[in-house]
Amino acid sequence: MPTSFVLNGAPTTLDADPAMPLLWAIREVAGLPGTKFGCGMALCGACTVHVDGAAVRSCVMPLASVSGKQVTTIEGIQSKAAKAVQAAWIQLQVPQCGYCQSGQVMSATALLEKDTAPTDDDIDAAMSGNICRCATYARIRAAIHTAAATLTPATGE
Amino acid sequence: MTQTTFIANRPTRREFLKAAGTTTAALVIGFEWLGPARRAVAAGANPTVFAPNAFLRIDADGGVTIIAKHVEMGQGSYTGIATVLAEELDVDWARVRVESAPADVKRYANSVFGMQGTGGSSAMANSWTQLREAGAKGRVMLLTAAAAQWKVPVTDLTTDKGVVFHSASGRQATYGALTTNAAALPVPDQVTLKDPKDFKLIGRHGQTPRVDVPAKVNGTAQFTLDVALPGMLVALLKRPPLFGATVKSFDPAPALAVPGVVKVVQVPGGVAVVAKSFWAASQGRTALIVEWDDTHAEKRSSADMMSEYRKLADQPAASALKRGNAIPTIQNAAQTVSASFEFPYLAHAPMEPLDAVVKLTATSCEIWAGDQFQTIDQANAAKTAGLDPAQVSIHTLYAGGSFGRRANVWSDYIVEAVSIAKAYGADGTPIKLQWTREDDIHGGLYRPMYFHKLEAGLNEKKELIGWRHVIVGQSIMAGGPFAVMVKNGIDPTSVEGAATIAYDIPNIDVDLATTQSGVPVLWWRVVGSSHTTFAVEAFIDEVAHAAGKDPFAFRRDLLEHEPRMKAVLELAADKAGWSSGPLPKGRGRGIAVSEAFKTYVAQVAEVTVDDAGRVTVDRVVCAVDCGVAINPDVIAAQMEGGIGFGLGAVMYGAITLKNGHVEQDNFNNYRVLRMNEMPKVEVHIVTSAVPPTGVGEPGVAPIGPAVANAIFAATGNRVHMLPFPKPTQV
Repeated sequence: MPTSFVLNGAPTTLDADPAMPLLWAIREVAGLPGTKFGCGMALCGACTVHVDGAAVRSCVMPLASVSGKQVTTIEGIQSKAAKAVQAAWIQLQVPQCGYCQSGQVMSATALLEKDTAPTDDDIDAAMSGNICRCATYARIRAAIHTAAATLTPATGE
Repeated sequence: MTQTTFIANRPTRREFLKAAGTTTAALVIGFEWLGPARRAVAAGANPTVFAPNAFLRIDADGGVTIIAKHVEMGQGSYTGIATVLAEELDVDWARVRVESAPADVKRYANSVFGMQGTGGSSAMANSWTQLREAGAKGRVMLLTAAAAQWKVPVTDLTTDKGVVFHSASGRQATYGALTTNAAALPVPDQVTLKDPKDFKLIGRHGQTPRVDVPAKVNGTAQFTLDVALPGMLVALLKRPPLFGATVKSFDPAPALAVPGVVKVVQVPGGVAVVAKSFWAASQGRTALIVEWDDTHAEKRSSADMMSEYRKLADQPAASALKRGNAIPTIQNAAQTVSASFEFPYLAHAPMEPLDAVVKLTATSCEIWAGDQFQTIDQANAAKTAGLDPAQVSIHTLYAGGSFGRRANVWSDYIVEAVSIAKAYGADGTPIKLQWTREDDIHGGLYRPMYFHKLEAGLNEKKELIGWRHVIVGQSIMAGGPFAVMVKNGIDPTSVEGAATIAYDIPNIDVDLATTQSGVPVLWWRVVGSSHTTFAVEAFIDEVAHAAGKDPFAFRRDLLEHEPRMKAVLELAADKAGWSSGPLPKGRGRGIAVSEAFKTYVAQVAEVTVDDAGRVTVDRVVCAVDCGVAINPDVIAAQMEGGIGFGLGAVMYGAITLKNGHVEQDNFNNYRVLRMNEMPKVEVHIVTSAVPPTGVGEPGVAPIGPAVANAIFAATGNRVHMLPFPKPTQV
């Protein structure tokens, strides 16, 4: 049974098993490989995408559950917050192996789209579900603050 | 002190080749210039492309492609390699791109190994001279081409950012405009390298941003997971539940009933389900019924093995280091100290679960993987497929982490993928073997479990006069093709960091009892020092305490003859404010220092321990001496990451077995460090003119003992068993 939803701004219908995890539907059926497979159990965050603006783990979300919803992947992020996050990631040279970073960028973007001045505790709460085995955590934290500064006139330049 | 060798206990090249199963005929170490006759081959059919050697290509538009013989698995090798070559070539960093080398031991051998591969934190050490020469020779040829064109002496020309200048006439030409003429010139035999004071990229902060970062921020970086070829199928392999078990029988029918499952094939490693999608393969594997023969399987529990290890520590063992007479010295000492340490099996758990794509025909085998041991993987793939190694090509892609896992002499995941493609029919259908996280955690090739027992003797003046260290555990190299490196019962990877102890102690015994187990083991980031440094640095702290001395000063006084180690120790202590005295109640500061792969690292950790015994690591100050600092920001990143990786392991990491079954499955019960547990990290890099050594691994070694020593400072409790006991976990 096909599932219809909006993928990166475009109305999309995927003819796949409705029980197929969204991760594999967007990777293998829609052909968008930026979202990664890390654990398959919503434990590591490598598969993070946005569904109606919220960061979710696509590896445990059945395709059918996004019917009629807005799904955004790393290939489709366009918001001011997303651009600020990506610029800060480059400025602070965050990635090492890079495999988890699509998910990190998606979680950080979702955070900054709602809160442009997160505290360290806010960052811990939003980002602790995203594992980085290279342990780029210190730079992720710094980059979120850097990105936030560019989004908040009061504390920005 | 000048260091010119790369790694302790490294094999001779001949030994390694023998171990690697390669032949000496295939050995070409160091820099091989493609002669003029072969230049067209390297450059392809395009005569405007300048490809003077195996590592460099310049297009007519001035784009510079640097060919990396080392895998990029996060450690920054692509950026480091490009920095070294681009420095001598004198090009604009913005025009530099990096591509991975094909599997070709003649051109791309690691000069430390004698084969193509990445490991032992050797990428920069073995590329340093080779790639500086590659860049410098390319530059000389471009200069020579310009000089001939303008009919001026070469010595009147200068270069900057990929442009040749003749200042007297004001003429200039881009490298791209000179490629055709330069390509026709002979490659010079000798070349003068830059004076380090003239470096524009090497050691210049901010001048060489990582070449891989932009693609890793927007999701376009290509990993093996992302390979999608026309007609490609996905395979999942059902492996035995016990190490050493084999397939007795299986019923493919339930798996074949899953829509999308194409074939079920038996291979030496188990039974594979080949399907049109990951989802179909996954459901098919769940449905598949396999009966296993566990006659020869390992059925012990890890707790039972550790009990055996404890007993073995009191039995005679092989000697890894003997200096003076440690046993009588300790027996007759005015004061003695003793302790034992237990280390669990550890999984590497790289973020990208192992995967490989194989396209196999009767005459060729094409592999896509985050490949770390190209020469060995090529040989093992060839053997599995029944082909010649020359018929096996490897596309090395970005690896989503490794930490040692992808560098194994069995090429386990590559061989699995090839054997599945072969059983499928070797008909050219591309097949992607995908491991799941559970496959990874259950999959073996762990850092071995170890037991360490230490004793020390102090004289009346509280001087350390005797040291005895017994290590018990499995050998990584014995029984495999590296067994040649095990000499007199000593696997150097079991004792490095212990038998190479830097402290000046007159009487030392370091012994090793090597155990047997059906659990396959492998090097894990920083290899032997992942356990030996903990034992040595936690124990020396106990000895310092027993002597009534400051743990920093006690170490420093034993390192007078080790100036680089002493310097990093002093630098870390100084930057951490060690001399400012103890931290307030409930907090503590600990120090540790190590040498691994000839890189020296000292770390000071500051911890808070709450009333419930929960440990928070607040801050780590790290000092590193890795010789010439090629990319200071990459060095800092590797220290930060090494600290986080090592901290997660000492806090949580353990693979345990119950009657042979691995008790962990995924990140829920094989916990790793998360964002909220990452301390603040400061990295200080020693300025050095010594040839560079690696940074991918050494940052891991001291963090465990530094934190353990800080916990003691905060609580008075020593950590003797890893991971840290439960009450200290958050």
